[in-house]
Amino acid sequence: MVEEKDEKKYTTISIPTPLAEKIKKRIEGTGFNSLSSYVTYVLREVISGMEEESDEGFSKEDEERVKDRLRALGYLD
Amino acid sequence: MPRPHGGKLIDRKINKDLSEQDLPTIEINTNLSEDIDNIANGVFSPLKGFLCRNDLENVITDKRLESDTPWTIPILLDFSKEELQDIKEGDTVLLTNKENGTIATIDIEEIYSIDKKTLAKKVYGTTDDAHPGVANVFSMKENLLGGTISLYKTKPSAFENYNLSPKETRFLFKEKGWKDVVAFQTRNPPHIGHEYVQKTALTFVDGIFINPIIGKKKKGDFKDEVILESYNTLMKHHYLKERAVMSILRTSMKYAGPREAIHHAIMRKNFGCTHFIVGRDHAGVGDYYGPYDAHDMFSEFPDLGIAPVFFRSFSRCTKCDSVVNDKICPHDQKYHINFSGKKIRELLINGEIPSEDMMRKEVAETILKFKQPFVE
Repeated sequence: MVEEKDEKKYTTISIPTPLAEKIKKRIEGTGFNSLSSYVTYVLREVISGMEEESDEGFSKEDEERVKDRLRALGYLD
Repeated sequence: MPRPHGGKLIDRKINKDLSEQDLPTIEINTNLSEDIDNIANGVFSPLKGFLCRNDLENVITDKRLESDTPWTIPILLDFSKEELQDIKEGDTVLLTNKENGTIATIDIEEIYSIDKKTLAKKVYGTTDDAHPGVANVFSMKENLLGGTISLYKTKPSAFENYNLSPKETRFLFKEKGWKDVVAFQTRNPPHIGHEYVQKTALTFVDGIFINPIIGKKKKGDFKDEVILESYNTLMKHHYLKERAVMSILRTSMKYAGPREAIHHAIMRKNFGCTHFIVGRDHAGVGDYYGPYDAHDMFSEFPDLGIAPVFFRSFSRCTKCDSVVNDKICPHDQKYHINFSGKKIRELLINGEIPSEDMMRKEVAETILKFKQPFVE
């Protein structure tokens, strides 16, 4: 059951062996205990860095309502 | 401005009057009703409800939701067998709370249970029931309900004038032209050390978001109104109006140390902040966590989407005649006066104004205007 769950949780990707060897050397003595944990870390960093900034896309009505409340509470002049 | 955590700001508020529907009703405690509020208003984005088993197991083991989104604190809805009666998965249940006037529903996706010891050990790092968070886990009822919530109604907070939703703060920051915003969490009135931390961080960004946690307190804590008034005074006299904003966060402290520091950062990201101040022993209690464990945990999350700003303890150096920390002051410890919250509290209890080296006079006077500034 646990194995089945883990199979779903993780997938295998292929990277060139020389690169894998370089990474293994690179992570020696660091907090990364495996090639996978390092690659996961780097990919998470890369992917999150690609996220675009937020544009909330307020409707006109929404915007007026929020603005009125913020003005009433003294947050906006 | 950062994207909300998980990509989308959740809004689970509805206009349909749920109380008129013929649904099984369960009265929940105030902490849970605050969780519902925070889910519905997007403070807990991307959560749409209480965790189901898969998400919970991921949070416990990997500090992430099943979707791989960082999440460190389980948001759980517990029920006893008696309360469940014949409620089953697929049902919708009305959730109410008298104190907060909460009227909400949960569409039950899963009813399950969890080993409390594992939960406590993984989340709090201990199974010692003297730890308040662990004690809460052990007092949880035997069943957990996972599923999406919808909030119809909640009573305005006693501090409604300071109660902004993430949608509102995001709008506010944009209107102010703030791109980089640093969040500061607090549970106490500000002393000079706090002010120094805040202003040091503010120097590098466009604005500061002071975000006191309001809610259930223990005996001897400063009352919520005292914290808010003291900050009002500080901000009025010593901050630029266009650079500082304060609003409250209604949630309970879990005292989960490093894990909770991540959770606190996530909530502030949802409010639209780009940076989050993490001090010494953030969200800690007793000596369960090392003073800088919370700092270390941030390195596990390259994809958190909000940058931690780490601070060590500040003190006043009598040689430098200024506020310092161990990175910037070469003088011996004997010249350092710590900003002791305990000492300040003792002075205030006796009606005395602490020295201006520790707390602004105006702030101390504001606190002392309250007949009883502490929770009895």
